[in-house]
Amino acid sequence: MADTGPIVSLDALAAQVPDGALLAVPPDYSGVAMAATRALIRRGVKRLHIVAVPTSGLQAELLIGAGCVETIEAAAVTLGEAGPAPRFSAAVKSGAVRIRDATCPAIHAAFQAAEKGVPFMPLRGIIGTDILRHRTDWRTIQNPLAEGDDPIVLLPAIQPDIALFHVPLADREGNVWIGRRRELVTMAHAAKRSLVTAETIQDQNLLEDERLAAGVIPALYVSAVAEAERGAWPIGLEGRYEPDTAHIADYVRTARSEDGFRAYLAEHVLAGRRAA
Amino acid sequence: MDFTPQELLIASIARMLRGLNHVAVGASSPIPGAAALAARRLSGGHLRVSVLGSRKNNFFTDGGRELFDCAAQGRIDAFFLGGGQIDGQANINLVGTGGYPRTDVRWPGSFGSAYLYFLVPRVILFREEHTPRVFVPKVDFVSAPGVSAPGVYRPGGPYALLTGKALFAFDKARQRFRLESVHPGFSVEDVVAATGFEFDRAPQVGQTQAPEPEILALLRGSVRDEVAETYPQFAATILRGAEAKENRA
Repeated sequence: MADTGPIVSLDALAAQVPDGALLAVPPDYSGVAMAATRALIRRGVKRLHIVAVPTSGLQAELLIGAGCVETIEAAAVTLGEAGPAPRFSAAVKSGAVRIRDATCPAIHAAFQAAEKGVPFMPLRGIIGTDILRHRTDWRTIQNPLAEGDDPIVLLPAIQPDIALFHVPLADREGNVWIGRRRELVTMAHAAKRSLVTAETIQDQNLLEDERLAAGVIPALYVSAVAEAERGAWPIGLEGRYEPDTAHIADYVRTARSEDGFRAYLAEHVLAGRRAA
Repeated sequence: MDFTPQELLIASIARMLRGLNHVAVGASSPIPGAAALAARRLSGGHLRVSVLGSRKNNFFTDGGRELFDCAAQGRIDAFFLGGGQIDGQANINLVGTGGYPRTDVRWPGSFGSAYLYFLVPRVILFREEHTPRVFVPKVDFVSAPGVSAPGVYRPGGPYALLTGKALFAFDKARQRFRLESVHPGFSVEDVVAATGFEFDRAPQVGQTQAPEPEILALLRGSVRDEVAETYPQFAATILRGAEAKENRA
């Protein structure tokens, strides 16, 4: 078998996410690897600890509904205009999933700490919230550089096992272009490994083009890339396609009940190898 | 002049943005978004606007963290927050009702509120639904507190609360809201009955100022097209609806 380098099939990519992984995923306005998420559900991944950077939508909702998630850490889980995420809400209420509520900049800061290889990042705000009260892993200290009273919160670094996301363009070396979606850069820098799906994989090395290079995550950080056309569907991909709002609205109606959710999974996730 | 309830809200917000340098608007916020874009036109382009979710009307190119870093540096003058529950001390709850973590009703989550509420000088609380289930005596979960203990770094905080029925100002010294005005069609008694917390008010409370003709013209013209880039449905239905009504009149 020929060496394909970092380029693998979607199923081979999904196989690289072990049960129990600390998995970082981007928000809906970034690049959400939905085709890979469906492949993960088909392979029956278990006990994931998902960290949304900093929010998630249908991706977390489907993984939670399918029983793949033990813990979700997020500043929000929402289907946007389509309304609340029904399986997420049900799982929180029943205790089937453990929720670790956060606030957006705290997650970004914890990833920046991992990116720098330091144990924590201090951050303003947060003091006096019930988020902090329930986050026993977050610590409030006195600013050691201040003369007077100045409490400040420390966020422990988050180093995910895997960052999983979708991009418009990759090359055969495993360089991936993310444009202005730089939260993906922080995720990739912080994670031990990044698994990426791409709309298109081109032959020419992305780093050869100076106009693209600053928007590239180099292959140094990328373990595997799988081609997935419309790989963010039914979520949109900035500059490429809009979210499939009709599909998401249908999902919300269907998934109000557990049975409805099972039917959705059967039709859109478990049936097709590449349901898109 | 005739105007819609949404145009009244947009105009009320736009008035609070006068003289500012940079306002940011969160996702899924068409009324604040329309107000910010209209205020930008009214300022002659002086006001900078960052609408999250917009490609054109958005200055951020450094990832999700940039908005927050910008706020911490004092580069954002105004922002908008809502709440599933809001109480009389301006605490907001975006997480859910009942016990935590197994909430009876679960909302999406706190987003950046636990940070921006501390750092942005003029946070405008906006919630159209004005009922006792939203405006409660005490929130079930504090996503972000209205006030902080002395010594806590807090250049920002609540400035006003705008609802579908009224406009309140927040008095930081008294840690209470003060009713500024009621919208056309509502009385002070209506507002008292619909509000689950106590608030201050003068013996006479006036009516919320009607939208200026200039802003109505913008909302029914050029600003509507700008709004449509990020909030197409809102622009097509709510703003277009106002224009249709005007043409019939």
